[in-house]
Amino acid sequence: MKDILKILSRNGKEKPEKIATMVGKTKDEIEKIIKEMEEKKVIIKYKALIDWEKAGEDIVYAFIDVKVIPERDVGFDAVAKRIYKYPEVHSMYLMSGSYDFSVVVAGKTMKEVAYFVAERLATIEQVQSTATHFVLKTYKIDDEIVVSLEDKDKRLKVSY
Amino acid sequence: MKNFINKKVLEIPPSGIRRFFDIIATMDEVISLGVGEPDFDTPWHIRESSIYYIEQGYTTYTSNSGLIELRETISKKLFQEHYLEYNSQDQVLITVGVSEGLDLALRAILNPGDEVIVHEPSYVSYKPCIIMAGGVPVVVETKLDDDFQLRAEDVEKVITKKTKAILISYPNNPTGAIINKDNLTKIAKIVEKYDLLVISDEIYGYLTYKGEHTCFATLPGMKDRTILLNGFSKAYAMTGWRIAYAASNRDIIKAMTKIHQYTMLCAPIISQKAAIEALNNGYSYMKSMIEEYNQRRRLIIESLNKIGLNCFKALGAFYVFPSIENTILSDEEFAEKLLLEEKVAVVPGSAFGDCGRNFIRCSYATSLNEIEEALKRIQRFFERYKK
Repeated sequence: MKDILKILSRNGKEKPEKIATMVGKTKDEIEKIIKEMEEKKVIIKYKALIDWEKAGEDIVYAFIDVKVIPERDVGFDAVAKRIYKYPEVHSMYLMSGSYDFSVVVAGKTMKEVAYFVAERLATIEQVQSTATHFVLKTYKIDDEIVVSLEDKDKRLKVSY
Repeated sequence: MKNFINKKVLEIPPSGIRRFFDIIATMDEVISLGVGEPDFDTPWHIRESSIYYIEQGYTTYTSNSGLIELRETISKKLFQEHYLEYNSQDQVLITVGVSEGLDLALRAILNPGDEVIVHEPSYVSYKPCIIMAGGVPVVVETKLDDDFQLRAEDVEKVITKKTKAILISYPNNPTGAIINKDNLTKIAKIVEKYDLLVISDEIYGYLTYKGEHTCFATLPGMKDRTILLNGFSKAYAMTGWRIAYAASNRDIIKAMTKIHQYTMLCAPIISQKAAIEALNNGYSYMKSMIEEYNQRRRLIIESLNKIGLNCFKALGAFYVFPSIENTILSDEEFAEKLLLEEKVAVVPGSAFGDCGRNFIRCSYATSLNEIEEALKRIQRFFERYKK
């Protein structure tokens, strides 16, 4: 099962027939497993990984370290929810160490992101402090290296 | 001017497919299933640590035998994986690829006229190396019906008073065959009976896709009779580092070291450092490469069989060896026409011995996308030339 998930995590469009051959199962078995994984939300979603810069769309990302005061009974989760519900929040993690949440915010401009931090994030009652780090360049995302590297095959075309 | 070239060298026939290589060299955009090395780059942790050692000034000679740390690590690994005990001081020698190890082994044991039994189809260097070391290669053919496994009875038939050693190479290049322990055990009995040595090239040892590879030296009574050759090229995607090792009994390693010290001095220090890193921290990276090879292997075997190029279930290395008997072409015609008409490179089976002539070697050390595109083109090609 994990081999199937690995294949899909690399290419969500891989066809069941091909996966079946690759892992030595039948197409029906693969379809059944995939369906089960989708139902159980092991496979959360199929999405495309897009280089927005190439698409001519400017997106500014910022990693924001957020310190909060956890709430009684619900701990961090309730505060987290108040933050991740914003569509501007691209991803969000609870962290160990000197701050609590790492919030990745996306916007069209730095100004827009700054506005979101100042007006939306920092004003949440439990938020004690924020530190905003803007992304200057993306090298690798979701296991994929996005900067263009020399990935030419350097091998001889034929060798024994 | 008289001909200054050594007679033995002159007598080695040139590779039959040189012309084919020349054509490829002039072509762009070829999808190659003809490559005998991994398509993965050396894992980054190995490259990164080597850069560090270069910065630290590891740019010198090492002892002839190789860095003791590497020999110890290899010795430990052989014990962990096979319960084989080789003393790192005098039973392990670091060589420049298995190619050098093979040459040293042959030169260390052969007197002029000694015979070495070698099975075919097999790697192209074996016969020439035997000849250059003064020996006489005696070929035993392996057959598709036996899944290209070497059979003890066939070996026994060709043994003469001059037979000194058997050169065994499984998992096999070009067939992708592995050999089962039963067959190896029978061969081991013959080795004992006729007082022979075995040179075992196990460079593809980690690349098996069913069961575990049996290291020949682990068979009863075989440790002292085996020259085990292995290296880092295939499993760790380190072909260009040229780093490998030989393990055997003290006398043989001593003799091999003597030749090595005068001809090679030592293997490159930085490659030795890289090998230590590979052994210490490379296992999980290697495993994930093997998993990927296995997926491609299943795909390529099934697709070739569907096309009509019957392909036996190769369970090792990264090669498949489909038969071309359902086409009207010879293996060389097949490879050349496929290259010119569809821009796909494969290697004609006869490059690996006469008995390979009805086959072609396809390597799946190429990305899945390229393999799929190549298969599409091969399908088209097959339709034009099928019987």
